[in-house]
Amino acid sequence: MLSIDSVERGVVIDHIKAGKAMSIYNYLGLDKLDCAVAIIKNVKSNRMGKKDIIKIENEIETDLEMLGFIDPNITVNIIDGGKIIEKMNLTLPKRVVNIVKCKNPRCITSVEQELPHVFNLTDAERGIYRCAYCEQQAER
Amino acid sequence: MKHLLDPMDISVGEIDELLDLADNIIANPERYQEVCRHKKLATLFFEPSTRTRLSFEAAMHELGGDVIGFAGADNSSASKGESVADTVRTVECYADIIAMRHPKEGAATVASQNVDIPIINAGDGGHQHPTQTLTDLLTIRSLKGRLDHLTIGMCGDLKFGRTVHSLIRALSRYSNIKFVFISPKELKVPRYVKEDVLKNNENVTYVQYERLEEIISDLDILYMTRVQRERFFNEEDYIRLRDSYILDAEKMKLAKDDMIVMHPLPRVNEISVEVDKDPRAVYFKQALFGKYVRMALIMTMLGVNA
Repeated sequence: MLSIDSVERGVVIDHIKAGKAMSIYNYLGLDKLDCAVAIIKNVKSNRMGKKDIIKIENEIETDLEMLGFIDPNITVNIIDGGKIIEKMNLTLPKRVVNIVKCKNPRCITSVEQELPHVFNLTDAERGIYRCAYCEQQAER
Repeated sequence: MKHLLDPMDISVGEIDELLDLADNIIANPERYQEVCRHKKLATLFFEPSTRTRLSFEAAMHELGGDVIGFAGADNSSASKGESVADTVRTVECYADIIAMRHPKEGAATVASQNVDIPIINAGDGGHQHPTQTLTDLLTIRSLKGRLDHLTIGMCGDLKFGRTVHSLIRALSRYSNIKFVFISPKELKVPRYVKEDVLKNNENVTYVQYERLEEIISDLDILYMTRVQRERFFNEEDYIRLRDSYILDAEKMKLAKDDMIVMHPLPRVNEISVEVDKDPRAVYFKQALFGKYVRMALIMTMLGVNA
C-alpha cells in the first residue's frame, strides 16, 4: 500500500474523478509551487469506486472556486495543525476565464489569440456555460 | 441601451419606443433631416454586405449626419493583422457611433468592450444581426398593426437561418403568437431554440409542416428564407421538396387576402418574380422599413432628439 504523509498545513483536493488529477494540477498551475505536492491516482473510494486526490503542503492563493466548473463533486479541505479547519463546498462559478477554450471555429477567439476565453454560466440547473462572444456551449 | 449586440439586449418597452420613433420619422421625415448634423457614423464592414451597409449609410445621411468607413477586410487594416480592439479604438477617435459587420462570431462584443461610443452589431458571422430583427418587427407592426395575436409561417431553412431564430426569440415575448414552421426535416428549427424559447412559454405555440401549400391559408405572415441545395443530405429529398419551398402565384392564391410575404433578402429563386406584383409581397417595403428603424436606432443610441 502506497503511503503518503498527511498534510500538516495546506490543502487537500479530494473526490476528483479518477484520471482527472493531472488536468486539475495544470488548471491550478501547481507546477509553479515550490512546496510538496502529491498527486495520488486511482485511490479506492466507497462512493466513487476510484478517485484521485491532490495534497498540497502549503496555503495556495489560487482561485479554487473554478474547480466547481471542472467538477462540482470535488471537495476541498483546508488543513491546519493536521486538522480540517474548513471544508469548501464548490458551486458553479458564474464566469470562468481561460479554463477552457472555445471550440467554435467561427468564434472571434479563433483568430484573435490575445483574447481571454470567457464562459458565462447560462443554465445553472444543467450546468451549461456559453462563450461570452459566440455563445457556443463549453466542452469540459 | 449602450450597445446593440443581440436582439434580446432590447426590452419590449425599448422596442416600442424605437418603433414609435421610426413611425414618427416615416410620418415627418423633414423634422429629422438635421438631427445628426456634425455627427459621424463609422460603418466598419470587415466582410461585404452591400444591403446592410447602404441601409445604415442612407439612414445616417437622412438624419443629416456624415459617414466614414470601409467595406471589405481587404480595404481595412485587418488585412495587415490588426485586432478588432485596435481598429475600433482608432475609429473611436474619428466617429460618434459604429455599425460593424464581421465574419467572426462575437466580434461586435469584443468591439463593445474596448470603446465608449455605441457599437451596433450589423452582423457577426452566423451569430446575431439585431437590426434585421428590428426591421422585421417594424415591418410587421406597420403593416399588420400589431406584434401580438399573429400566426407566422416561417418557411425554408429554419436550421441555419439566424434571421429566423432571432425573430422567433423577439416575437416570443408578445402574447398569442402561433409559429408555423415549414421546412424539410433536415432543416427544422434546432432543438435548442425550441427548448430555450418555445418550451414553457405560454405566449407561443408552434406546429411543424413539410409543405407550404398545406398550411399557407392559415397564415397572417409568411416569412420566406432560402433553401440551399447543399444543405440537403441527398439529392432525392432535394428534388422531392424543392418546389414546396418556392413561393409562386399558384400558392399565393391559397393565402389570405391580407397575408404579407416577408424575406430578409437577397432572394435567389425561393420567391418567383411573378409574386413581386402581388400587393401582399412586402419584401422591398421591408428593406425601406430597415432604413427607418436604423434611423431611429442611431438617434436613440446617440441620444439626439428632433
